[in-house]
Formats: sequence, C-alpha cells, structure tokens
Amino acid sequence: MRISKSPWLLHYDGSSCNGCDIEVLASTAPRFDVERFGIINTGNPKHADIFLCTGGVNSQNKDVVRQIYDQMPDPKVVLACGICACDGGIFKDCYNILGGTDTVIPVDVYVPGCAVRPEAIIDGVVKALKILDEKAEKMKRGEYRSLTSAEYAEKIASKDGSDGEALQEEKDA
Amino acid sequence: MTTYGTVAVIIYLLLSPVIACTLSGVDRVVTARMQGRRGPKLMQPWYDLVKLFSKETTSVNDIQKILVMAHCFFAIFSGAIFFAGGDVMLVLFALTMSEVFLILAAYSVNAAYSEIGAQRELLQMMAYEPMTLLTAVGFYLATGSFKVDKIISTDLPLIIKMPGFFIGFCFVLVVKLRKSPFDLSTSHHANQEIIKGLTGDLSGPVYGFSELAELYEEVLMLGIVGLFFMTKEPVSLLWAFIAIAVVMFCMSLIDNIFPRVKWEALLKAAWLVTFFAGGANLVILSLAERM
Ligand code: SF4
Repeated sequence: MRISKSPWLLHYDGSSCNGCDIEVLASTAPRFDVERFGIINTGNPKHADIFLCTGGVNSQNKDVVRQIYDQMPDPKVVLACGICACDGGIFKDCYNILGGTDTVIPVDVYVPGCAVRPEAIIDGVVKALKILDEKAEKMKRGEYRSLTSAEYAEKIASKDGSDGEALQEEKDA
Repeated sequence: MTTYGTVAVIIYLLLSPVIACTLSGVDRVVTARMQGRRGPKLMQPWYDLVKLFSKETTSVNDIQKILVMAHCFFAIFSGAIFFAGGDVMLVLFALTMSEVFLILAAYSVNAAYSEIGAQRELLQMMAYEPMTLLTAVGFYLATGSFKVDKIISTDLPLIIKMPGFFIGFCFVLVVKLRKSPFDLSTSHHANQEIIKGLTGDLSGPVYGFSELAELYEEVLMLGIVGLFFMTKEPVSLLWAFIAIAVVMFCMSLIDNIFPRVKWEALLKAAWLVTFFAGGANLVILSLAERM
C-alpha cells in the first residue's frame, strides 16, 4: 500500500495575511472536501505527513517552523502555499521577514497564488503525494533520510553566507 | 473453553482490525454525507493504520513504547476473554488496566497536551466506569452469572429485562468509542481542542499500536451491545448484528447533532443517566429477584 493513500496534513500560518489560510480551510469544507482523498487536517506534527505552510517566515517564528518540521517523522513533504510562503511575496521587504518557507526548511512543492485557490492547493497536495511516495520507497530501501532543519541551515550557509538569497537565486535560475 | 468460544476468539483476533476499520469507514462516510460532503473511501481507516506502521519510529522515551504495547496487549486480551465466553467483570477490569497503561504513556512524555489529555481521560473514566460496572452487575442479576457463555444461553433476550442498562451503556459508549464530546482526551475529529491530547505525543508505529488497541476495543464494546440481544437460538446472532448497526448509526447521528458538547456536561449527564436508567433498572431487577 502506498503512503499517499493516507496523507495527514499539518497547516501552519507563518506571517500570512490570512487570505491563504481561509482558502486552505475552504478546501477542507464541503465544497472541496479534501477528505475524499483521505487527507486529514491533524494539527499535530507528530502525526503529520505533509507540512503545509502559508505566509513568509519572520524572525520570531523561524524556530517554530524548524521545530514543527523536525518533529514530523519521516517520510514527510513540505508544501509552500501562496506567494508569501514561496518567497516572501508582498511582505518580502519588511524588516522582520526572512523570506519564504525555504529560508529555514527544505520545501518540496511551491504553490504560487495570492491568495492561492483551493483547486491549486489540492493540485499541490496531489503533486506532494507523488514525492511522498517516492521518499517512502527510498526510505524502505534505506537510501533516504530527510535533512533536519540544522543540516539544512548548514547546507544553505555553505552555499552562500546569506541564507535566503542563495536559494532565491537558485530558484530564479 | 467451548468449540464456539475457540472459533469466536480466533475470528476476533484475526478479523477485528478489518471489521472495526470497515465499521469506522462506514461511519466516516455516513458522517460526511450528514455534513453534505462526499467523504473518504470506505477502507480509509485501514489505509491510515497501515501507513502508521510504515512511518519512522520516533519516541520521546523508551518507556512510552512499552506502555503503549501493554495498552494494546490488555485491550486485545480483554476482548479475547469476552469472546471465549469468560467473566464479564474480568473483561472490564482488563480493559481498565489497558486504559491505565495508555494514561501512563501519556504522562511519561511530560508534554502539556498529553498531560491535559491524560487528565481528561481520567475524568472520562470516572464518567463511564460506574455505568459499565453496573451493566456487568445487571447481567449477573438477570442471569445469575458473570460468564458470557451463561449469559447468552437465556430464553429471552436480556434487553427485555435490562432496558435501563442498555440505554445507560449506549450512552457511555459514545464516550468510550471517542465520538462526543468534542473536547475528549483524544478523538478522530479535526476540530479537536487539545490536539489529540492523550495520543498527541505518540507517532508512527507507536501511535499505530494505540490505534490498533482502539479497534479491538471497539469490537469488544459492540460485542457487549450484542450481548443484550443474544439468546440460545442461533438466529439471535442476526438480531444482535442489526442492533449493533442501529446503535452505530445513532452514535454518528448524536455526534453530528451535538458537535459542541463539552466534558463538564458529559460528566454530569453520564452520572445522571447511570443513576436513573441504570439505578432504576437495578432496583427493579433485584426486587423481581426477591419475589
Ligand atoms: S499570498 Fe497573498 S493571500 Fe496569501 S498570505 Fe500572502 S498576501 Fe495573503
């Protein structure tokens, strides 16, 4: 059985304007009903397979995001929902914003949009499920373990002194 | 142990997870339809369970794993005694024992939500334990035995003698099967107040074992519901299954009609029901005994 048949999701609101969060909640309500794919909004990192992040990362919540990510058991995927979560979006130049979710943890799927539409969120989750299955396969063969947030920070630092910027360039290229 | 008992225990041990998963799958679909949604696939709880066992094992401390395993073991054990035709009292004590292990597991991790969950679980036990024990006493008064194989060899279904106990037991069943109120120590609802509380710090296979225990427990509880309808005629098994189906449906209905009941209300209501439905039935039964 593939792990993607039962994806449990954790939704975390970084520095979102709440626009994206409302859309995330809308996708769990009757009209879009993500439960038909077996998706459950758990609210508990220890039970989650998918980390859905909305809004940018700021200097106060960066450790929260790291901790949530580290508490999730493998295999796991991270979904950045909304342009703020992808790269900081409209708040990018604010003094307190570090950038998108990928400034602190590795992101697997980027879902742009302001606000991101429920269809796009569901699309993104389905894409994330494929990655989740691949990771589970590799994990079974003992070839895979996801980076911890500390290892990720090191990886970014080794690429370039300033963390967020380096990844941004990589994405642009 | 009779041949029937042996067969029942083997079926119980092998098929309980599948049966309970199917039942809760039906329950999830019915709930979704009541809320105007399509709902998940029928076997979704099964997929969830299998997935949990394929995840990475992370646990806060080693004792947690052992306690959860003990919880699972005693839950399965109590059901096995029941289906083997053993003593109802023993079944209930073994079940309480299994609950205690889960509570200890939650306390052992020293995390805020687990702790609140454990406290609520203790309160919940306070709410439903009197009624379940009273039900066992009721079976004794009505049949003269605590043994399940004696209880099911009556001429008339026990529901006739014990309607009060039945109502009381079904009432606490809503709590026991973790349906309502919404701020239970742990439940399957997404709108959970304390983020899974009791089971909040279990993950991967360890959480899988606690889920497995719950599935076995569910089958046992529904077995007790069936006990009210069993007689020595084999056809009574059919009545028992119909009764279980009706009770399950009512439980989904109650869960959806009262989505915002809190545990304080539950505690009061459970004791009132125990006192009036269970107590009155007890008095009538023991008076009838004397006459
Ligand atoms: S992407 Fe738009 S809607 Fe979403 S959090 Fe950012 S500003 Fe708000």
